[in-house]
Amino acid sequence: MISTQGSVIKVSGPLVVARGLVGARMYEMVRVGEARLFGEIIEIRDDDYSIQVYEETEGIGPGQPVWRTGEPLSVELGPGLIRSIYDGVQRPLDALQRDFGDYVVRGAERPALDRDRQWSFAPAVRVGDEVVAGDVLGTVQESKLVLHKIMVPPGIVGKVVKIGALIGNVDTEVAVLEAPKGNVSITMVQRWPVRQSRPVARKLMPTLPLVTGQRVIDMFFPMAQGGTACVPGPFGSGKTVVQHQLAKWADARIIVYVGCGERGNEMTDVLMEFPHLKDPSSGEALMERTVLVANTSNMPVAAREASVFTGIAIAEYFRDMGYSVALMADSTSRWAEAMREISGRLEEMPGEEGYPAYLGSRIASFYERAGNVICLGSDQRPASVSIIGAVSPPGGDLSEPVVQATLRVVKVYWGLDDKLAFARHFPAVNWLTSYSLYQEIVDASADSQVAKDWSEIRTRAMTLLQQEAELEELVRLVGVDSLAADDRLLMHAARMIREDFLHQNAFDDRDTYTSLGKQYNLLSLILHYYDYARTALQGGASLDGLTKLAVLDEVARAKLIPEEARDQFDYLKERITGDIRALLPHT
Amino acid sequence: MAAIAREYRTVRQITGPLMLVEGVEGVTYGELADIKRADGDIRRGRVLEVNGDKALVQVFEGTSGLAPQDVKIKFLGKGLEIGVSQDMLGRVFDGFGHPIDDGPSIIPEKYLNVNGDPMNPYARDYPNEFIQTGISTIDLLNTLVRGQKLPLFSGSGLPHSRLAAQIARQATVLKTGEKFAVVFAAMGITFEESEFFVADFRRTGAIERSVLFINLADGPPIERLSLPRTALTTAEFLAFEKNMHVLVILTDMTNYCEALREISAARREVPGRRGYPGYLYTDLSTLYERAGRIKGRTGSITQIPVLTMPEDDKTHPVPDLTGYITEGQIIIHRGLHAQGIYPPVDVLPSLSRLKDKGIGEGKTREDHADVMNQLYSAYARGKEAKELAVVLGESALSEEDVLFVKFSDAFESRFVRQGEDENRTIEESLRIGWELLGMLPKGELKRVRDVFVERYYPKP
Ligand SMILES: Nc1ncnc2c1ncn2[C@@H]1O[C@H](COP(=O)(O)OP(=O)(O)OP(=O)(O)O)[C@@H](O)[C@H]1O
Ligand SMILES: [Mg+2]
Repeated sequence: MISTQGSVIKVSGPLVVARGLVGARMYEMVRVGEARLFGEIIEIRDDDYSIQVYEETEGIGPGQPVWRTGEPLSVELGPGLIRSIYDGVQRPLDALQRDFGDYVVRGAERPALDRDRQWSFAPAVRVGDEVVAGDVLGTVQESKLVLHKIMVPPGIVGKVVKIGALIGNVDTEVAVLEAPKGNVSITMVQRWPVRQSRPVARKLMPTLPLVTGQRVIDMFFPMAQGGTACVPGPFGSGKTVVQHQLAKWADARIIVYVGCGERGNEMTDVLMEFPHLKDPSSGEALMERTVLVANTSNMPVAAREASVFTGIAIAEYFRDMGYSVALMADSTSRWAEAMREISGRLEEMPGEEGYPAYLGSRIASFYERAGNVICLGSDQRPASVSIIGAVSPPGGDLSEPVVQATLRVVKVYWGLDDKLAFARHFPAVNWLTSYSLYQEIVDASADSQVAKDWSEIRTRAMTLLQQEAELEELVRLVGVDSLAADDRLLMHAARMIREDFLHQNAFDDRDTYTSLGKQYNLLSLILHYYDYARTALQGGASLDGLTKLAVLDEVARAKLIPEEARDQFDYLKERITGDIRALLPHT
Repeated sequence: MAAIAREYRTVRQITGPLMLVEGVEGVTYGELADIKRADGDIRRGRVLEVNGDKALVQVFEGTSGLAPQDVKIKFLGKGLEIGVSQDMLGRVFDGFGHPIDDGPSIIPEKYLNVNGDPMNPYARDYPNEFIQTGISTIDLLNTLVRGQKLPLFSGSGLPHSRLAAQIARQATVLKTGEKFAVVFAAMGITFEESEFFVADFRRTGAIERSVLFINLADGPPIERLSLPRTALTTAEFLAFEKNMHVLVILTDMTNYCEALREISAARREVPGRRGYPGYLYTDLSTLYERAGRIKGRTGSITQIPVLTMPEDDKTHPVPDLTGYITEGQIIIHRGLHAQGIYPPVDVLPSLSRLKDKGIGEGKTREDHADVMNQLYSAYARGKEAKELAVVLGESALSEEDVLFVKFSDAFESRFVRQGEDENRTIEESLRIGWELLGMLPKGELKRVRDVFVERYYPKP
């Protein structure tokens, strides 16, 4: 800590103005008042330093001291991140609960990485090796699912002069590098300023799908590794459930879940559930790959502003190891509101709806930290960070600034619809307005790896849904009876797509996750029915008979067919064929 | 740093409920102040901003009758606190925790800052214990669990108070030997509404286990800002230190938000939607998030906030932001009320988000979830058919549609409707549910597993 000391001159909620912090820079961290509250300098005018304080400022007043720290808001990166739950400025909530009680009290402080935990370090290079930034010096088995790589920090090159297997806490020196400017000691922990993105060798276009096990997403509006997506919707439309589902089932190696200004119970839900849920590919508990950042709505608003940066810095760090990382932020609107509140206290000129004029650029620069990349390091390892942000527009009004600023940057839009939610159609993703710009990437991969007509059936199914929407308009005017039989059959098939494919109950053990193969089987089963039924209708079968086939009840339950019982789909297909044939008039 | 308790006569400006004092020293943010007039009138205030030697003070009782030259202001060196005690049960207080009934003063067991600290998310325990309210539309379709915050979204002239009182009266858990309390926080409601609650609590003896905080419509609006905090601090004390299960009723949150808007306007802050301040969400969350359970502690806080939606508009900022924080909502419907149905709960847009973890075998009954889904979808289908009939005429309805219309009418008159003193057990609600499902052929019960249809479908 630098000895310069200033003093408070003004306090207005989370904003404190101090004087006398000579030499302090923008975004430097300071400690405010005798309670030594955490704060960050966000504006400098002459000798007036505006500080956003991450804790409740009651009891702070003019004349109280302010200390510089000389360092910007930073996170600690190293073994022990996995399974942690942090607040918006990376204070470990489990340790705070253990040492300070059930409420987050002011001034409470504990290191982000537990110094009592011992890690076993296995070297990956030898004395004499030349290494550059990003090179893996050694590894630590951090959890059952994560092999934590201890890397040469950005900006350093040199020759390894000391390294060896050892057991120690994160502060233990694991290697010494001989660098141009003298020896550098490397420990298991790096510090990184959260508002700055971590460097990569190069950015690439996304090329791989991020499989989520959610049918409406994977089939119709897919996500790519390294991509960006947003989930806007009014309250209760299912944003959090979608985010939780992705955190559970997305095939990323690391999940960073940022609860930004949302409910405490939702974080508890994750904490209680994830240790018991199994990752479908490894069979290990999902918590073994998860980091949580929880700055709930009632926690200080400035720390909420910081929370998404804390989350993304952690995500980038795991990406640097060569992993695919997915970050969920629920909700980016609360983050934007935190910016608005601070901006208002700074008396900045407000832009639209009181948001600061830089809202759009902040949102864009956050999503821009996603990407498919080649990491630093001589092995040129590929990795990615995907970002999925929830947006909570007031009154569900999509014309508001946060939604609009987000739509300008993200590539996938899952629009949640309150009408669908009221009708208990979950996930309430509106199939007529949502889109994904990664469709081709995913098609290419699924057509070659799942089924060659993957993209074909998807297109056909979507066409049916669109035709249904048009026919529905007509029905509203003239009634269903006036439709021709083939249109009524089409509506029946579209309804099957909605109810038997798109509906997916997040809370049903079997329905919660569907592999791509099963998604394909399910959708092609419905289309198979439609094809046969249409031919049969032309051949004289009755519409009533076709839409009331007993086997359709089994089709409705086909989403619950276990993953390993794929042959049941073939059996159902055969039954559909046979039962429809039986409806044809005998010739 | 304890501020030097100094008195100042340097009030320079009074605007709305705010007062600007100059030449102060050692004043801190959030600190309380006593404001005295020469004739002995004493009011309370709180520091909203300090800037150098100027302090901006919000006067809780309002500034009417104050003149700058006429007041002395004394800063107290501490934030707003309330002295709490178990003896508060059965008593009535104002928004600062001063008794306003005829009883003796309270000897506090301890003093607590009313703002509280945020509950550590890691310390929370997930709400999953079923609360039986005796109201079918809630218990069976929108189940309330301990530690949940589930608001009533209502409109002016609708019977939300009667429903809230009924819930307070009847709420039990299917377990015995536990201690309950009700904390009732009334903000800006009318004397008649308030009297209705008080009389109801007296009539049923519930008053013995209740603490009432009351600010009436003609009381100072600014007191409405401290009232729910005082009430929730008391609730936390009862729940987490006295091991009680506390039900908190906050009514009417719309009045609270208006008081907040008033302060914000007086400070000339940039207004958000409909003039409410941009931090309304954050402010509301510091109230609603005080509901919950804590690992390793017996008690719990369950909240039923009541709010009236201006023009019955769910997108108005007050219901909208509330919905973004609470765990579902119960919607009171004007149409059902007009049809004479009590309680007029519109089950289609109502939702308890925590229901899934509080129901089923061992909690309510094995078939609960299936019955819930089936009733919901059959009712939705009937309502839809009814709408169609409005456009196209009854004749456009198929035979099935007609059946579902009949079902939805019966659902409203037998399931939704119940007496104000009718306390249905979950078994009774399920029984009525099955009776109604009996109107439909078994083949239509697609959301109920076959075993349950076999077991519970009414025999002819
Ligand atoms: N896939 C799903 N399967 C079953 N139920 C769902 C699903 N998605 C949402 N729901 C239901 O909708 C409710 C609300 O969902 P959720 O909490 O995700 O909404 P939200 O959009 O995050 O709302 P808010 O903005 O208030 O946080 C859930 O509690 C659940 O009952
Ligand atoms: Mg949510």
